[in-house]
Amino acid sequence: MGSCAALATLGASLRGRAEAAPAAVDPQPQTMPVSLEINGTRHDLTLDTRTTLLDALREHLDLNGSKKGCDHGQCGACTVLVNGRRINSCLSLAVMHEGDSVTTIEGLADGDSLHPLQAAFLHHDGYQCGYCTPGQICSAAGMLSEVEAGWPSHVTDDLTRKASLTDEEIRERMSGNICRCSAYPNIVAAIRDASTKI
Amino acid sequence: MDMNQPIGATPLDGKPDGLVGRPIDRIDGRLKVTGRAPYAYETRDLKNPAYGFLVEAGIAKGRIRSLDVSAAKRAPGVLLVMTHENVPEQGEKKEQVYPQLQGTEIRFHGQPIAFVVAQSFEQARAAAALVRAEYDVQTPEASLKAARPNAVEPKPAQTPPDSELGDFDGAFASAPVTLDVEYTTPVQIHAQMEPHATIASWEAGPDGDRVTLFTANQMLNRGQTSLASVLKLKPENVRLVSHYIGGGFGSKLQPQPEAILSALASRSLKRPVKVALTRQQEFHVATHRTDTIQRIRLGADETGRLTAIAHESWSATAPGDVFYETSAVVTRSLYAAQNRLTRHRLANLNVPIASAMRAPGEAVGQLAFECAMDELAEHLKIDPIELRIRNEPEQDPEKKVPFSTRQLVACMREGAQRFGWDKRGATGATRDGQWLVGMGMAAASRLNPLMPSQAGVRLNPDGTLTVRMAMTDIGTGTYTILAQIAGEMMGLPIERIHVEIGDTAYPKAAGSGGSFGAGSAGSALYVACDNLRQALLQSAGMNAEGATFSEGRVTSGNRSEALADLAGAQGVEAKGEIKPGAMKEKYSQHSFGAHFAEVGVDADTGEIRLRRMLGVFTGGRILNQKTARSQALGGMIFGIGAALMEAAETDTRYGYFVNHDLAEYHVPAHADVPAIDAVFLPELDDKANPLKSKGLGEVSICGAGAALANAVYNATGLRIRDYPLTLDKVIDGWNEREGAAQRRT
Ligand code: FES
Ligand code: FES
Repeated sequence: MGSCAALATLGASLRGRAEAAPAAVDPQPQTMPVSLEINGTRHDLTLDTRTTLLDALREHLDLNGSKKGCDHGQCGACTVLVNGRRINSCLSLAVMHEGDSVTTIEGLADGDSLHPLQAAFLHHDGYQCGYCTPGQICSAAGMLSEVEAGWPSHVTDDLTRKASLTDEEIRERMSGNICRCSAYPNIVAAIRDASTKI
Repeated sequence: MDMNQPIGATPLDGKPDGLVGRPIDRIDGRLKVTGRAPYAYETRDLKNPAYGFLVEAGIAKGRIRSLDVSAAKRAPGVLLVMTHENVPEQGEKKEQVYPQLQGTEIRFHGQPIAFVVAQSFEQARAAAALVRAEYDVQTPEASLKAARPNAVEPKPAQTPPDSELGDFDGAFASAPVTLDVEYTTPVQIHAQMEPHATIASWEAGPDGDRVTLFTANQMLNRGQTSLASVLKLKPENVRLVSHYIGGGFGSKLQPQPEAILSALASRSLKRPVKVALTRQQEFHVATHRTDTIQRIRLGADETGRLTAIAHESWSATAPGDVFYETSAVVTRSLYAAQNRLTRHRLANLNVPIASAMRAPGEAVGQLAFECAMDELAEHLKIDPIELRIRNEPEQDPEKKVPFSTRQLVACMREGAQRFGWDKRGATGATRDGQWLVGMGMAAASRLNPLMPSQAGVRLNPDGTLTVRMAMTDIGTGTYTILAQIAGEMMGLPIERIHVEIGDTAYPKAAGSGGSFGAGSAGSALYVACDNLRQALLQSAGMNAEGATFSEGRVTSGNRSEALADLAGAQGVEAKGEIKPGAMKEKYSQHSFGAHFAEVGVDADTGEIRLRRMLGVFTGGRILNQKTARSQALGGMIFGIGAALMEAAETDTRYGYFVNHDLAEYHVPAHADVPAIDAVFLPELDDKANPLKSKGLGEVSICGAGAALANAVYNATGLRIRDYPLTLDKVIDGWNEREGAAQRRT
């Protein structure tokens, strides 16, 4: 129960009034067909319209690499690439992605050879528990293409020129990905290192 | 092995290029960077699970008048709605693991009142929102400040709540220089990235029911015992599996309500049930670090030698719970003084259950005490490092036993030199553009405990070695350091070591917590390997004297055998066990360190930014330089959070945490963490354990935040004694100072 619901209930009972009875029965869940291209493979699914892209991956496709840290777009653990751009997959309903191409952490490596970001995280110890790691890596991949495309950030001095990938730029652009183990210095080192190899 | 005497020479000694200590990559790293490491909620071993969703109480004190679950029960896909009216009978509470859904009384906001299970996550969540509770509400008591006068002496934890030596009152009254200050620290939240999660499967059997839980838990054997008590099962019939854990920091030391509820639901439904707390539920349903009020009194002579030390701490937990924050325990061993007093008091309030969070006691104790030392140094115009050196004790000042090792002074000196401490300006004297710049330091000290732990090893016919124990890796690098220890002991390359942990089916282990994990579990493994070495030598009829194990072979005298050959067709097994012993009483055992921080304070807005930071630590033998450094950096960054941003704000009218999500409860993010570094001084502690190592996961948070607070003082001349140090408090300080100046003119 969210806090709003909890407080509403509290408010009602403080006033000593019974709540109006909720609607008799919820309608049956609405489902919709959706077709997603995930890590290069097409998947045709019929999903509850309330299912997030994150839960579609985790609960329906057995792709547990993308993590749920908050389910509210506040931590970045669920970051995946949709059509090449990073998004929080917990904030997006799966059925909104008809025809989209989704890349998750499971799709970054090329067979047995790791993506340069994965290899750099391994080498620089850019994690501890590993729970934020898939999100950090996918986010970094998306972030590097944003820099490449010339997108400025809050700390970019000259908006008319392509930003160079300073540590400050990396930190700013990666701040949507929380790491409570606080591997930040090593994550920044890993991204800096990998950026020269992509 | 009982740790009754100092450890002599071991096979780990004198190997500067050995496997132990080497900064190798984590052996579980590949699984983590490819997303293939399965955390609790993700196990595929328990098929066809139903989905649970927990319903929290929306009040902090009172009674459930009615709980209407009719709509929830009728909702699509719902399989079970469990409340106090239909919950199966449970056993006794054990430690902080409580039976769930017991009656109508509500003691704290977020106390579980129902558990809804459905075919899908979306259905369970929607149905949970249909549960309607009506309450007879009572006014909660939720303010520690208000409850302080009535706080009571708590039951002893590991140590007694109070200590006294000499005559504190007399010495304080007659001291030429005194300080009497109060610091407050707020409620802090572990905020580990993986929420508490469990998939439970209950099976009825001829020799009693059994339950298996894939669950996020730091101490599996402790969890096994407490769940057995609450679920009324034999401990051996409770199996906990926790192969990968998305951070713990104390939040997963004991099973949380979701573990119990999913187990009970699985029992009713005869089907596995999976559940994760939502991020919002984490704040109230799971535990937190209590807020504290700490009073510190110091008496010293004019040269800064302490004659009297008093440290008192008040903390809070839920009604009926006994956990208290041991803030002042570290003060008993940190600095010399003849006359000493420490005291802990506890208030039982209508707040969620408080428990251990990274360095319970020390972390907040040193936030206060290390600032008080800075205040005294400032008052006496003595350098803060010099003040600490003048009060360096020759032995533990309260236990009156020697320290096993103590390199606090060396850490401070090394750090000062590396950080450029001599460039620190006078208070308020350094400016860089809009930034007021300051440096601060603080000492770090954390108890080094050893816990009983067991390990099993097996040399396989193919010459590989399997290590097994119910140990956990919460990001601490346990998989890797265990492989390093086993590899070094047996002379096998890391690729030939299989580490199997995270399952109570394996030998009982200490688990991860209290900085005892690596030392305890690693020592059990050391002993197991030592026993395996003896067994192999004996069965091969080789002389143990001078035997060496390296490159997959054992060599003794002029004989040399491949381990694979000695393993035979069946393989060879050995066990090992470590237990704490007399060394614990005969020596005072702590890890030490020193933190240095440089901050900038915006001269207009009061915004505080950390500019750089350094930690210098000693923790006995470092088992892996790479993972150890990561852990130390992590602890320091926790300290940044504690100093500058972390606070769960209690609405004392309703007894709940207002900012209960990750958007509002701020933990450090990338942009908050500039260049920081951690280094270790060489050390071996032969009184600690056979590895001669000490804990590292917590010493690095101890004092870290105080170094930042002291730097803020150096930058601004403002002493903010209420954590966290946010810009509003800086501006209040400036306003106060201005008001005082105006009043003077
Ligand atoms: S789980 Fe999506 S942002 Fe946290
Ligand atoms: S590695 Fe644990 S949260 Fe980032």
